[in-house]
Amino acid sequence: MAKEEAIEIEGVILEALPNAQFKVKLENSLEVLAHVSGKIRMHYIRILPGDKVKVQISPYDISKGRITYRYK
Amino acid sequence: MITIKSEREIELMRESGALVAKALDLLEREIQPGMTTKQLDVMAEEFIRDNHGVPSFLNYAPKGDPDVTPYPATLCVSINEEVVHGVPSSKRVVREGDIVSVDCGAYKGGYHGDAARTFVLGVIDEKVQQLVDVTRECLERGIAMAVTGNRLHDISSAIEDYARSFGFSVIENMVGHGIGSELHEDPAVPNYGKKHTGFPLREGMTLAIEPMIALGRSRKAVSRRGGWVAVTEDGKHAAHFEHTIVVRPGKAEVLTRTFLNAENA
Repeated sequence: MAKEEAIEIEGVILEALPNAQFKVKLENSLEVLAHVSGKIRMHYIRILPGDKVKVQISPYDISKGRITYRYK
Repeated sequence: MITIKSEREIELMRESGALVAKALDLLEREIQPGMTTKQLDVMAEEFIRDNHGVPSFLNYAPKGDPDVTPYPATLCVSINEEVVHGVPSSKRVVREGDIVSVDCGAYKGGYHGDAARTFVLGVIDEKVQQLVDVTRECLERGIAMAVTGNRLHDISSAIEDYARSFGFSVIENMVGHGIGSELHEDPAVPNYGKKHTGFPLREGMTLAIEPMIALGRSRKAVSRRGGWVAVTEDGKHAAHFEHTIVVRPGKAEVLTRTFLNAENA
């Protein structure tokens, strides 16, 4: 039976951490540590606790992710 | 954590692997247009229990997702655009012209075996037939890379490259997995990746390699919230083959190889 792994999923920022990392609560109620993608940094898109974001999850370590989009 | 199995453990996994292979052989012989997917499920469950095994998938609940109910059946029977995890039902009938992916797992002697095949019923579209053939070959190419000295994603890239060379798309959110005393162990074995990367393969690692390949462009198999069955995003057909293998030097050992050709020969 194939193992299912989310590649892109939405979540809500719980907490801002140092080094542009965030604790994110995902739709499926898991919590992951996510960092901000280079493109978001380049454009100085600010992310605050409570924001809804799109997160890519690594298939190799599902506790880490990458924030690729902040919803308005 | 990736575990290396001892020869004693591998011997036990050969047994559960052979049981899965025989169950799939039985289904391959018996499957007919007009049967319900539930009939196939009952047949497989009886066969596995008669041979002192337990269905691996029955009541299986993936960790970390509270929305998903434990899997209610022995088989996953996924028809046409369904990629994987089709739950058997007495209302679902397989028809002439369908491709039917049957995934089966058995637990025996403390270890799991896991394998899948896509069956073709009657005459099907040429393109769909090619999809099935390419997916089968993808699995063989993946297995060919599962030898000591290679890395994990050598398997993944072999599968991806072959599928893409025909213009088919690889389902990326469903992956193969390590297997042993648990049905899903580390590592994840994706069907896409870069050559020469990933964990170095060692003798005695047991992996379930399972290419899921689709016509069209869908790279994801999506399921409704809380549901099991996962379908391609664009509704195009998908095929699925899987073997449980042991990494060996030179050539991987396949634990779930069919016995059908051996009988005919």
